[in-house]
Amino acid sequence: MKQDRGYIVVLALFLLISTPLVRAQDLASFEKRITVKTLENGLTVVVCVRPEAPVFSFFTHVDVGSDREVPGITGLAHMFEHMAFKGTDRIGTTNYAEEKGALERVEQAYHDYDVERRKEVGRDEKKISALEKDWKDTMAAAQKYVVENQFGQIVEEHGGQGLNAFTDNEETGYHYSFPSNQFELWAYLESERFLHPVLRQFYKERDVVHEERRLGESDPFGRLFEQFAAAAYVAHPYGQPVVGWPSDLESFSMTDAERFYKTYYVPSNLVVTVVGDVRASEALAIMEKYFGRLSAGPKPEPLRTIEPPQTAERTVVLRETSQPVFVEGYHKPGARDKDNAVYEALQDLMSNGRTSRLYRSLVRDKKIAAFSGGFNGFPGAKYANLFVFFAISTPGHTPEETRDAIRAEIERVKKEDITDDELRMIKTRAKADLLRRLGDNQGLAFQLGTAQSLYGDWRELFRAVDHIEKVSKADIRRIANATFMESNRTVGMIESTQLAKAPAAGKETKP
Amino acid sequence: MKRIFQSTLPILFTLYLLFFAPASFGQATDWKQIQAPPLHAFQTPVPTRIQLSNGLVIFLVEDHELPLVRGIAQIHGASRDESRDKAGLVEIFGQAWRTGGTKNKTGDQLDDYLEARAARVETFAGNDFVTVSWDCLEENLDDVLSVFVDLLRQPEFREDKIALAKNQINTNISRRNDSPFEIAFREASKLVYGADQPYGRVAEYATVAAVTRDDLLQWHKRYVHPNNITLGVVGDFESKVMEAKLRAAFESWPKGPVAPKFQVTFHRPKPGIYLVQKNDVTASTVQMVDLGTTRDNPDYFALEVFNEFFGGSLASRLFSNIRSKKGLAYAVGGGVGAEFDHPGVVRLFMGTKSNTTAAAIDAFDEELDALKTNACTPEELAKARGALLNSFVFRFDSREKVLRERMTYEFYGYPQDFLEQYRAGIEKVTQEDVARVAQKYIHKEQLAILVVGKPADFDRPLSSFGPVATVDISIPPPAGGRK
Repeated sequence: MKQDRGYIVVLALFLLISTPLVRAQDLASFEKRITVKTLENGLTVVVCVRPEAPVFSFFTHVDVGSDREVPGITGLAHMFEHMAFKGTDRIGTTNYAEEKGALERVEQAYHDYDVERRKEVGRDEKKISALEKDWKDTMAAAQKYVVENQFGQIVEEHGGQGLNAFTDNEETGYHYSFPSNQFELWAYLESERFLHPVLRQFYKERDVVHEERRLGESDPFGRLFEQFAAAAYVAHPYGQPVVGWPSDLESFSMTDAERFYKTYYVPSNLVVTVVGDVRASEALAIMEKYFGRLSAGPKPEPLRTIEPPQTAERTVVLRETSQPVFVEGYHKPGARDKDNAVYEALQDLMSNGRTSRLYRSLVRDKKIAAFSGGFNGFPGAKYANLFVFFAISTPGHTPEETRDAIRAEIERVKKEDITDDELRMIKTRAKADLLRRLGDNQGLAFQLGTAQSLYGDWRELFRAVDHIEKVSKADIRRIANATFMESNRTVGMIESTQLAKAPAAGKETKP
Repeated sequence: MKRIFQSTLPILFTLYLLFFAPASFGQATDWKQIQAPPLHAFQTPVPTRIQLSNGLVIFLVEDHELPLVRGIAQIHGASRDESRDKAGLVEIFGQAWRTGGTKNKTGDQLDDYLEARAARVETFAGNDFVTVSWDCLEENLDDVLSVFVDLLRQPEFREDKIALAKNQINTNISRRNDSPFEIAFREASKLVYGADQPYGRVAEYATVAAVTRDDLLQWHKRYVHPNNITLGVVGDFESKVMEAKLRAAFESWPKGPVAPKFQVTFHRPKPGIYLVQKNDVTASTVQMVDLGTTRDNPDYFALEVFNEFFGGSLASRLFSNIRSKKGLAYAVGGGVGAEFDHPGVVRLFMGTKSNTTAAAIDAFDEELDALKTNACTPEELAKARGALLNSFVFRFDSREKVLRERMTYEFYGYPQDFLEQYRAGIEKVTQEDVARVAQKYIHKEQLAILVVGKPADFDRPLSSFGPVATVDISIPPPAGGRK
């Protein structure tokens, strides 16, 4: 892309004109810069004008994650996220008409193989091998039409930055940034990926996802948190790993993925947020033109399963050669609950910085942990979730020692009011931390899109500070007492079979 | 003056639409039909550079979007400059500098003072430099700036916080073999730079224990002088006012000895197969490494283009062939690393299930062999150059990025227009250049191949690739452990 010299002259002229400064920091100023529109097909568009530099970022939020998976298809929401990079009927193929047939043959061959392979009685190993070979042959035949990673290639070649996507327990997100002159190309690409998705290389990508799972398995924290979540939830899908269980990653099919996509990737389940150097009216017109092509579908009904009240404490202990880790979680309501701000305040009190209670107790004074915190919203925010306490012990110290120190701090917040200084600090920080999150296109797109999807209104991003402003000392004690109960608790630990020895204490003189 | 840019941009954008927007927004059915208008001109704010008579270099960039001010002092003298028998010294220094407080206030008092203002003043130790930074609301600038100045010039390094820092570092030592990826990156650095050399060596319990408060005070005395510091400030202030504040704070600070230029000769790793046995994993981590180059090397621009299509992007050869086509890995990539004043690392990396470990090495070998006959196609050149040039605007799309870029060039003694040179350099890269640098910097036979994994589950023994050197990663125990 060549730069246009004429513009430098134009720019120079405008340098001579001074206009009053508008500061972008409060809800009122964002009201002027944000436009929200629900298209006829039900898709919600949020446009936030931020002309700091000739670039923009977007965030496509899909209101589905592993929460909608059932046994047999765990990991499928995440799998679809990977497939959304495989292109369309025009991107990623040398000949879609022929490729389409080839992909149908892959799916038929996989079905035949899968039925035989999963027979519980009377499996014929020879037949399985033959069917597996047939399936692999059809994959090789379909591969001939593939233009490798062309979707990503087009984005990168046109200056796309930070191209990525994520899936969690309740949502799937797609995002990147572009120079602002590529707005129409972006609208085309982003709408096409959901209008004409082609699930090419599905079974190779399933292997890639299984590799991603192994990456987590090879890390002690990954192993601990998978077991901890599975223990904390007996009914709600928050207990399932987002990446999926190994057996499902070796079984689910392209047909399963298509069914999942048709149910959940309906426009009414999508919020597309754009932030940056755009003009609202032009951006909306282009987005309406491209995203308006998606066919309307019924908004999926809310999830039925609610985690039943926990009545007995649960504990998982991993005995490993790796060093100790302690975690414990307490069930509590989701982010839409009226008391969410109280939990946010508790998180700040317990975890934020060197004045936080857990840092001062476990790290600074007792010296039994290198890190400790208490966090609101594990493993997700939308549904009833966990408030989780966490500690990494220092050499020679066991997870039980950190547990006891955390419990002492929990008892303190249940029995005594927090101080005026602490409450003031929490509220001051909430305001400042919001400001710190507003100076970045991609970060703003994430936050506005998430608030719009979760609360039906992007303004909740700003109102969250007002909610925290209203939190009282009594609220904190009330919530701590209602939440932090033994019967409502799940504990996870790594106990080390090779506990590190504590180095000899150096001479320490008090200041 | 600089804020005018901000308020004129919307007007410019309107003009741009008038001139360049397509007459009708016909809906494209193919991406090739979409003609992007030229990106409108965007004048990056030029940081104001001020040099005090004592040598302190200051960069100021106004940014009035939000009522925040951030500052960072980048200081010469870092981990790479510490002695081997006190490895970890600068890390302790970087923590205890802030937590240990100043002559006037303990670290805990600073915590209370700053947190009440939702402000941060932090110190950080890196390999190349140490930083002292602040981040505050504009309304608290004077309060926070005074803490920053006090901390920079009068740290106390109280013993209790030195012990706390040692406790943190010892925790990291005790846990450093828990994650296979951490092991792989650490051991690869040792292979490339040398286990006793800067960038390769690591702190041990004994070297941490050897560090005293006096070492930290001496380190401060040796390096923290105005003429060893680059200070950058970005945010909601008037440059003239900020300049006056900083002059008042620093002008009287006397010069000190100049930090010596970092000069270490690194030797290339010994080629071969290196194995770290780790039995609690289901996947292997594979790295193939060699010594890379520096950014002032004229070959740097061709290498940037090479990296983009070889292993640095979503559509790169390594990603497409090893991940998408073969399904062998989730994490895969690589390229020729270049640093500012010391060689980077040539690295190919991959994670793959234990029983495709040898297949993964085969797959890398295949890509390395392909480079010999087909280092770069015209399409790869066009796409990689397009990606680097079209995304160039993201190098300076925020005022803080512009500031950091300038500070970096100042710190390493690079020309202040290096970013412009970069763009011009990338534009000139030819297919021949890329082919030449691929041959020059990547030598299949010279690579050290490191595998972290569970050998019992491998598809083929590593010895099928050559003699295997086993790497011992056991942690030397602390002398006379407590208990």
